[in-house]
Amino acid sequence: MFRNVIPEFAEANRISTGRRILHLLHLDFTLLISLLLLAAIGLSVLYSASDQSMDMIIKQALRLLLGFVVMFLIAQLTPDTIKYWSPWLFVLGFIMLVAVLFVGDIGKGAQRWLNLGIFSFQPSELMKLALPMLIAWYFADTLLPPSFLRVVGAALLFLVPTYLVALQPDLGTAMVLTASGFFVLFLAGLRWRTIIIGVLLLIPTIWVMWHYGMHDYQRKRVITFLNPETDPLGAGYHIIQSTIAIGSGGAYGKGWLEGTQSHLDFLPERRTDFIFAVFSEEFGFLGTMLLLILYAVIIGRGIMIATQAQSTFTRLLAGSLILTFFIYVFINIGMVSGLLPVVGIPLPLISFGGTSLVTIMAGFGILMSISTHRKLVST
Amino acid sequence: MVQFSRLTLKDHLRETHLFNQRVVFAAAVVILLFIALLARIFYLQVIQHDHYSTLSEDNRFTLLPLPPTRGLIYDRNGILLAQNLPTFTLELIPAKLSNLKETIATLETMVNITAEDKRRFYKLVKKRRRFEGIPLRFRLTDEEVAKLAVNQYRLPGIEINAELTRQYPHGALASHAIGYVARISEDDLQKLDTTRYAATRYIGKVGVEKAYEEILHGEVGYQEVEINAQGREVNVRQGTLPIPGKNIYLSLDLNVQRVAEQSFKDYSGALVAIDPSDGAILALVSLPTFDPNLFVNGIDTDTYKELNESPTQPLFNRALQGRYPPGSTIKPFIGLNALDYNTITPEKSINCPGYYSLKNDERHYRDWRKEGHGHTNLLKAITESCDVYFYDVALNLNIDKMHQFLGQFGFGKQTGVDLRDEATGLLPSREWKQRTQHQPWYPGETLITGIGQGYWLTTPLQLANATAAMSMKGHRWQPHILQASHAVGQDEPEDFTPVTLPDVNIKSPDNWELIINAMHNVTRDAHGTARSIGLNAPYEIAGKTGTAQVYGLKEGEKYDAKKVSKHLRDHALFIGFAPVQEPRIAVAVIAENGGGGGATAAPIARKVMDAFFEDQHEEAE
Repeated sequence: MFRNVIPEFAEANRISTGRRILHLLHLDFTLLISLLLLAAIGLSVLYSASDQSMDMIIKQALRLLLGFVVMFLIAQLTPDTIKYWSPWLFVLGFIMLVAVLFVGDIGKGAQRWLNLGIFSFQPSELMKLALPMLIAWYFADTLLPPSFLRVVGAALLFLVPTYLVALQPDLGTAMVLTASGFFVLFLAGLRWRTIIIGVLLLIPTIWVMWHYGMHDYQRKRVITFLNPETDPLGAGYHIIQSTIAIGSGGAYGKGWLEGTQSHLDFLPERRTDFIFAVFSEEFGFLGTMLLLILYAVIIGRGIMIATQAQSTFTRLLAGSLILTFFIYVFINIGMVSGLLPVVGIPLPLISFGGTSLVTIMAGFGILMSISTHRKLVST
Repeated sequence: MVQFSRLTLKDHLRETHLFNQRVVFAAAVVILLFIALLARIFYLQVIQHDHYSTLSEDNRFTLLPLPPTRGLIYDRNGILLAQNLPTFTLELIPAKLSNLKETIATLETMVNITAEDKRRFYKLVKKRRRFEGIPLRFRLTDEEVAKLAVNQYRLPGIEINAELTRQYPHGALASHAIGYVARISEDDLQKLDTTRYAATRYIGKVGVEKAYEEILHGEVGYQEVEINAQGREVNVRQGTLPIPGKNIYLSLDLNVQRVAEQSFKDYSGALVAIDPSDGAILALVSLPTFDPNLFVNGIDTDTYKELNESPTQPLFNRALQGRYPPGSTIKPFIGLNALDYNTITPEKSINCPGYYSLKNDERHYRDWRKEGHGHTNLLKAITESCDVYFYDVALNLNIDKMHQFLGQFGFGKQTGVDLRDEATGLLPSREWKQRTQHQPWYPGETLITGIGQGYWLTTPLQLANATAAMSMKGHRWQPHILQASHAVGQDEPEDFTPVTLPDVNIKSPDNWELIINAMHNVTRDAHGTARSIGLNAPYEIAGKTGTAQVYGLKEGEKYDAKKVSKHLRDHALFIGFAPVQEPRIAVAVIAENGGGGGATAAPIARKVMDAFFEDQHEEAE
């Protein structure tokens, strides 16, 4: 018992007082600083994108504050507590997902919101955390690599809620859920053979989805992505205008608040999903590179936390959370720059909007919990 | 124990190793994808910078949508029913204005701008792009146009645009069939393909305008417009022209429709005339009507309130949605039913003392003629509309057989007409009553079902289509109002292909003749209930009168309930077709509170038939 305490002090003495306090507060220095930097960049881009609306800045700042508070609170939980609650959180999320199909509120043509009286809630957001938690829990005390039966079990566990989300229909979130579930499986040591067979099976599945499982507007998005010129006034307009915004930014950008594309209203959704184009137009390639580096630092730190984690559960969960975070960044920037089809996924901590922000910050709370509750026994 | 822990320890190491392998792989993929993103951004921002710079900085080009011209609507003889007329609209372009509020204040001194105009305008300002014109006032008067034109030099960013506005030259005539367009509402926007409607300002709301929105609308075009940094258009490049909507021809005969509407005089009600040989709707009347032109540019609240709250419900399409008991018009169908199920023979006659009673039921089910009809067979029962005969027929058939057989004529089902919001009506059954009222079916209810009262509800369209089926000896068509559509640039209009419905199958086809002959007798026989319309008719008419008891309504529409307190007079009904051999028109008439079917409804049908055959005659010449 004593031995556990002494090295902690020993290590703490070697590092600065500030870091020691952070550690006692269960906060991870690198993550915290990077996230704060991102939040600051986000607010300044939003200031420009919203035509200098202080209202929106205050709104977003409050959401960020809420996000950081949620992160802080979750970081105080021990990984064991998180593990204990994983299946229950999933069951709760699943029930709400089913409920939303029957009694959900409809916004923008899709049924995603559950009205809980005081506030509305998107159960699919809860699922983004509950799903990787459940799968990690499911593998936590088993022998790895997982047996075939376990893999099938896990696949069912994450495909059923994903399907429910796709029904709403919310393709973007369904994709994120699939990815987060898959990441756990992958990190748990899913055999390459199984992965290859899965990819081969995906092709006929996509064919079936395309013909029977998709809404017209979803099909249209894919067609528009493949050839934006087919719909220059509708969805293609987004991509055309955002590539013009990014491209015209050049190496050094047009300067803060100087983005003409953004300010002449050419750029749709410029405060939410397409905010990266505003950033890129105003800060150029140099700024974009710095932003990507910042994201890379966060993801790098996340991966480190995963490798240093001490139990199967924490390893798998940390790995999946950080890879899912990467997927957000990659899909959003890929979509805005015309590499990927337009799916409604926000740029973490930069896009205006609250729901997914809180989910992401809660995810970082889990990462910090995993990173700061390590028992300092060297192996 | 020791062995066990060693085993797990070993697995632990293996697991960690496996995990680390996977993490390294994932990290490699992450790095690769990051490089891909950077490469893409580098390509856009550094390599293609000049290209995008040109697009963005020097000449921002944009696409302005161009609205297609809405297709015109004609009747079957080519009479124009809906057209597009140019009207002048005052539009403001926010990008060209330094101060919106000030400009509007200046404009208010020249033209009349209501608070509603402003509210709508500011709502649109938030949604549209800044260089797009946003309408502030529609339908400017000539005087207003002149005032604005004189002052335009000092009002940059103000445009007076000629816009095509829908207009219905015949006003209230056939308005329930044609329907109307109105400005696209928030609700519409939720459901619309916003690209296709990018420039469109009107959308079909009711009637044919709504049902055929798809082909009337056309395809949006667009123009590439170059604008400079201040948002001014500097150059219009070539774009794609919009494709106008198709012109459509209705099967409606406006002349017949007019005669029909006029023949109702002051009665509310409905009339549907159908060509039995293909289901084409020749007239679709619902009275009272309204002027569709009121709705095109937004109806003012008071007028709308007045129309909407009027006890006569002028906005309610009775022909499609009105639900009326069929009354005695159902008797030929029930007669056919009984013949087909062999529960009667044509010769069988019963004595009608003026009432009918059931065992264990003290009630007297009365005939409309107090003194009775005496010995009555099927022919006489239909000709004179004997209730007692049909009480007996219904009782012997029972409700199940009636439900089964009459369903074949389309009662209790939508006809599938190419117009929206058709009511289903109600063909009662034992099962239906149990399900909705949790009560068993009583024999007394079978009796009154036999004379088309009780729970029965039919729409005028259903009744007309059933009559058409009777006239064609069981051959049925889906009623339709579209005759042809004509795309601009096409040489010939494209004819609508009528759709058949399942035939009414009966065991002995001779029974059709028996019933049709009886219906012929209704207008031909000296005792026929509609003999007045058979007199001097240059063609033979088969028909059946009916009277529906208003106070007996149990499941009426709201408007019925209101009326009951005011008017307790019965609804007058008539169904009929002509000529008896090779029928060309089938009609169903309902005159609300019209009293007797023979006196009120039948003459309306006769006038409609006269008008129809007169038109046909002229056409032939």
